Amino acid sequence: MLAVPITAKTWGSLPPMLDTVTHAIAELGRKTIGGVERVGALTRFLGQILFSSGASFRRIGLTIREVYFSGVLSLIIILVSGFFVGMVLGMQGYETLQTYGSEEKLGVLVALSLVRELGPVVSALLFASRAGSAITAEIGLMKATEQLSAMEMMAVDPVSRVVAPRFWGGVISMPLLAAMFSAIGVFGAYIVGVVIIGIDNGAFWSQMQAAVDFRYDIVNGVIKSIIFGIAVSAIAVFEGFAAPPTAEGVSGATTRTVVSASLVILALDLVLTAFMLRGWR
Amino acid sequence: MPAANLVEIVDLSFGYDQRPVLSGINLTIPRGKVVSIMGGSGCGKTTLLRHIGGQLKPTRGHVSVDGHKVHEHDASGLYHMRRRMGMLFQFGALFTDMSVFDNVAFQMREHTDLPETMIADLVLMKLQAVGLRGTARLMPSELSGGMARRVALARAVALDPMLVMYDEPFAGLDPISLSVIGQLIRKLNDALGASSIVVTHDVQESLAIVDYAYFVAEGKIVFHGTPAQIRASSEPFVHQFVHGEIDGPVRFHVGGADYRKDLGFASAHA
Amino acid sequence: MARSAFNFWVGVFVLAGFVALLVLALKVGNLGSDGVRDPYRVKAHFSNIGGLKEKAPVRSAGVLVGRVAQIRFDNKRYDAEVTLELDKRFAFPTDTSASILTSGILGENYVGLDGGGEEVMLKEGDEMKLTQSAVVLEQIIGQFLYSKAQEGAPKKAE
Repeated sequence: MLAVPITAKTWGSLPPMLDTVTHAIAELGRKTIGGVERVGALTRFLGQILFSSGASFRRIGLTIREVYFSGVLSLIIILVSGFFVGMVLGMQGYETLQTYGSEEKLGVLVALSLVRELGPVVSALLFASRAGSAITAEIGLMKATEQLSAMEMMAVDPVSRVVAPRFWGGVISMPLLAAMFSAIGVFGAYIVGVVIIGIDNGAFWSQMQAAVDFRYDIVNGVIKSIIFGIAVSAIAVFEGFAAPPTAEGVSGATTRTVVSASLVILALDLVLTAFMLRGWR
Repeated sequence: MPAANLVEIVDLSFGYDQRPVLSGINLTIPRGKVVSIMGGSGCGKTTLLRHIGGQLKPTRGHVSVDGHKVHEHDASGLYHMRRRMGMLFQFGALFTDMSVFDNVAFQMREHTDLPETMIADLVLMKLQAVGLRGTARLMPSELSGGMARRVALARAVALDPMLVMYDEPFAGLDPISLSVIGQLIRKLNDALGASSIVVTHDVQESLAIVDYAYFVAEGKIVFHGTPAQIRASSEPFVHQFVHGEIDGPVRFHVGGADYRKDLGFASAHA
Repeated sequence: MARSAFNFWVGVFVLAGFVALLVLALKVGNLGSDGVRDPYRVKAHFSNIGGLKEKAPVRSAGVLVGRVAQIRFDNKRYDAEVTLELDKRFAFPTDTSASILTSGILGENYVGLDGGGEEVMLKEGDEMKLTQSAVVLEQIIGQFLYSKAQEGAPKKAE
C-alpha cells in the first residue's frame, strides 16, 4: 500500500504496465521482509522459552497437565488415523506387490513407510491441527482477556508459567504419539494383510524385521518426530502469544498455526529425509 | 519514616509512536486513602495504571512507588514491587483454567512456601471477605459477572498488598453488584490499611466511596478535589462529566472536516 | 479435574508411548532376537560387488548371520573391500568362502557364506581369502551372445 505513492512519484513517467510490475515486486519484498522478521521473532521467543523453562521442570505438575491436554486428548485421533492409514497401506500395498508375486514383502512396505515417513509426518500434521491450534487459541484468549497481563502484575512471568509448560508438553507428547501411530498402523496392516487377505504370518513379520533397522529407520523416525514436536509447539505458543488481543486476532492466529506448522513440517521433513538418506556428512 | 505519599507521579508523559497519550501528569496517592482517576473512555487512565505497575516506561517524568522510581527498577526489582501491589482488571481477568479457589490461591502458591492447609485457610478468609466462600469449587465460567469481579477482588488482595489498583471496577455491572463492589473497595482498603487507586468513568458510584478524585481529559489532569468540591465545581468539563451532558467541552462529534463539505455542498457554500 | 487424575492419564499415555516404541524396536525392527547381536568384524575383498549395499544381509545356508557394515574401494588392489559384521553366536572356519549372490533374479544382493573345513575359526579383524564376485547380468548376457555367435560362425563357414 505504501509502495503505490512512492513508485508513482518516483517513476511517474513510466508506463502503467511497469508500475504494476514494480508494485508487485515491492509487495513481494514487503512479504519477504515480514516473513524473515517473523522467523527472527519466533527464534528469539524460542530462546526466551528455553531460558525460562526452569519452572516447567521444577514444578513438573505444570508440564504434566499440558501433556494431558496436548498428548492424552490427541490420542483418539492419532490412534484411529494410524489404524486406518495402516489398513489402507496394507490393501494398496498388496494390490501392487501381488503383481510381482512378492506379497510377503507387504510388512516391509508398510513398516518402512510408517516408521520413516507417515508416522512422524502424519501424526505431526494431526498434532498441529488438534493440539497446536488449541494451544494458540488458549494463549491468545488468555492474552485477550488480560489474564497474561494480570499474571505479570502478580509478579509471575507468563512465559515461564503459561508458555513454557505448554511448549514442553507438546515436545514430550509428539514422539510418543508418532510411535503409537506407527505401531497401530503396522497392526492395521497386519489385520488386512495377514488376517483378512491371508499372507503368511511368519513371512510378514520376518521380512519386516529383516528390512527395518533399529538405528537407521526407527531411531531416525523418532528424531524426526522430536524435531517436528519442537517446531509445532514453538509455532503454536508463539502465534498465541503474539496474537492481537481481539476475537479476529485469535482466530487468525489459530489458522496461521495450522497452516505454517503444516508447511514447516513438510519442509523440515524434506531436509531431514535428505540428510538421513545421504548421511550427515 | 516513610514518605506520606505512597505513589507520586511527577510530570509523566507517554505516547504510542507519535500519538501522545499522557502529557505532564502530576498526581499523588496518600497512604491509606482511596483515590479515583476519572475521565472519558480512551483518555489514558489505563495507561496511567500500567505506568504505576511498571508495564510501560514513561517517555518523560517518572512514577515513584514507596519512594522508588518505578522505571528504574530492574526485572527482579519490578517483580519485588509488584508482589506488594494488587490489581483488579477491567473484566476481572480470572484464570479461566483454574477454579475460584485456585485463582485466589495463585499468588500464595507462586510467591510463598506456605503449607497447603494454611493457604486453604487464607483463601477461604479472602473469599469470605467478598461473600463468596461458597463458590470456592466453581470454575470462573460458572460465575455471574458481579461474582467474578468479587473473586478477582479477593485475588487482588490475596497477599495483603500496600497498593490496590482497580481498572474500571464498575464496568458492566448491575446496580446491586455495583454498590457491593464499591463498598468492598472501601472496606478492604480500610481493613488492609492499604491505599487504593480506582480508575473509572462511573462518577456517582466512585464519588460515594473515594477520598479524593482526579479528572483526566486528553492526557492531562483538568481538575482534582474531594467529592464535595467536585460536586460543587462549576468547571465546564467536570460539570459535563458529573451530570452526563451530551455536549460541552467534550464534543459529541469526533473529528471530521466541515459537515457541509463532506456532503458535497462545498461549492454552494463558497 | 484433580491433579492425581492428570498424573494417572499422563502416566498411561507415556507408558503406552514407550510400549509402542518397544513394539517398533522388537517386533517391527531388528532389535529382537533376529538382529545381529554382539558382532565381530571380518573383511573380504571382491573384484566386483555388483549392487551390494551397506546393511545388506549376510546369510549362510539361507539363514541371516550378519550384515554388511562397510564398503570401500581399495586403491592399492583396485578392488572392493567389504567389512562384514557377523553374529558372535556363529563361528566360521578361516577357509570359509564369501560370494555375492542375488535373491531371485531381480532381488537385492546379499553376501552368502559357505563354511570350510579348517579347525581355526575367523576372529575380529580377519580376512576371508576365498571370495566370489557378483554375477553381473549384462556380462552373462554378453557371454551368452558371444558363445552363440561363435557357435554360429563355423556353421556359416561350412
